Amino acid sequence: MTVSNHRWRNFKNAVIQAATFACAVLVVTPLVLVFYHLVTQGFTSINWAFFTQLPRPEGEAGGGMANAIVGTFLLLGQAALFGVPVGVLGGIYLSEYGGPHLNWWIRFAADILNGVPSIIWGIVVFALLVVHNVSLFGHVLIPRGFSAIAGGLVLGLMMIPLVMRTTEEVLQLVPGGYREAALALGIAKWKTIAQIVVRTALKGIVTGVLLALARVAGETAPLLFTAFGNLGWAHKLTEPIAAMPLQIFIYAIGPYDDQHRQAWAGAFVLLVLVLAINIGVRFLTRDRFARRS
Amino acid sequence: MAAVIFALIVLIGWELARGARPAMHQFGWGFLISTDWDPVNEKFGALPFIFGTLVSSAIALLVAVPISIATAVYLTELAPLWLRQPLIMFIELLAAVPSVILGLWGIFVMVPWLRDHLFPWLQKCFGFLPLFKGPIYGVSMLAGGIIVAIMIIPIITSVSREILRSVPGLQREAAYALGATRWEVTRIAVLSYAKKGLFGAVILGLGRALGETMAVTMVIGNSPQIAASLFAPGYTLASVIANEFNEATGSLYTSALIELGLVLLGVTVLVNVAAQLLLKTFAGPSVKPQH
Repeated sequence: MTVSNHRWRNFKNAVIQAATFACAVLVVTPLVLVFYHLVTQGFTSINWAFFTQLPRPEGEAGGGMANAIVGTFLLLGQAALFGVPVGVLGGIYLSEYGGPHLNWWIRFAADILNGVPSIIWGIVVFALLVVHNVSLFGHVLIPRGFSAIAGGLVLGLMMIPLVMRTTEEVLQLVPGGYREAALALGIAKWKTIAQIVVRTALKGIVTGVLLALARVAGETAPLLFTAFGNLGWAHKLTEPIAAMPLQIFIYAIGPYDDQHRQAWAGAFVLLVLVLAINIGVRFLTRDRFARRS
Repeated sequence: MAAVIFALIVLIGWELARGARPAMHQFGWGFLISTDWDPVNEKFGALPFIFGTLVSSAIALLVAVPISIATAVYLTELAPLWLRQPLIMFIELLAAVPSVILGLWGIFVMVPWLRDHLFPWLQKCFGFLPLFKGPIYGVSMLAGGIIVAIMIIPIITSVSREILRSVPGLQREAAYALGATRWEVTRIAVLSYAKKGLFGAVILGLGRALGETMAVTMVIGNSPQIAASLFAPGYTLASVIANEFNEATGSLYTSALIELGLVLLGVTVLVNVAAQLLLKTFAGPSVKPQH
């Protein structure tokens, strides 16, 4: 090969290196811009009233999002109640029981469910809980209509496949020797799983659950026709309830400047919540069992 | 408990099919190709929404795929080691930003910028194409596509990165041994090896793009029309459901919206099945051995 050819190849190498670097910068740019605007527009709009007061009537300045902040946490609590037991137990099944063929199908199905658009989940829970009463032995358990329970259920259902897959992944990281040692001592299989396998991987499981919660905390579309939103407090779980993403959406498309200000403030608080979980989890899991990718 | 997964799939399909039945009965297959959307006279057709969903996703892929794959290549093959971890963390954080927040940013920052700077420039340079003709409002099909691109870039990037990482080191060493430069190693030994997996990553991104709701709803303009210009407002399947479901009066209107949901579900499930099959057959070891 000639010298000039060699130069040309090195030159091409440098060009590609620069171009891919430019792409990486381009990918990071929106995040930096979103942060920048959230801090300049959002952080400056936060005041004490934002956390303590209810929304004011349309067009009136002031007020806050206290009900939406509480609402988001209530919805997340319910989501965890619905989603975590099923997700974790399903993950245990995938990792510890079940044949390879059946498990392949379950994993496959869970991955497909993860790809179902969130708005579709909203329609499903709407059809389940909102359009008719849920009754048991003639007693109305959940009266029809938009409700906090419907909102919690939809977020919980979305968590199931997420939690199931991460739980399975961390359980697989527990060395097989632990299981064999316990079984060799004559400990029952369920006991081995509950007291040795799950306990060893507990941190990783909690991480998975927290990440799933952070993911559904920002969901808006499925809440539109389930939790619906509420300008005041929800006194019962069977009433419509406010949530931060919903409130941000409503304010963002509203006509008033003060609504936009509140939307930015809400977005800032919500993003801080979501990112705090994400970053916190990263620091928590710097040990051998939660290492992913 | 794992069987709940199958129950959920059946539940989704069944509830949507049940809800959509009145509309299916009323309009038949014509629903899919009709362009009418007239709730007052109870005339419903899905075509403008299918068009909007496909076009905005196509724009998103066009923007996101080259950028994402180049970034993934940079992160696994070319970047200095100290830079890799921080960049990866940034991209993962971008994936965690809720859709509604990106939409808020889209309305108040991105759309005005596109309207005042990028769109006039595009019109000046490429105005002879029908794609870039017509009045500029800011909210538009193109803005919707770009916001979706921002949302799917982290997904495509991190899945592609996993794929590239799973390429055996021997592949690279063999190419280096032949005297290839870094880029040549990447092209010959890594990219051609990982082609199928990268395709899977792209299809996975497409699945997300099709179902993306809030951010798109906030910037696409929400007008059920089929326009040649990318500067014209559009509407997608997901955003029409988000906007009109609660206001739908009459059971036929609701049923038509649910049928749109069924169309969306069908398309996304197909796309996701394709993506998972590609990824699973590429990365065989992801089906882990049993203990």
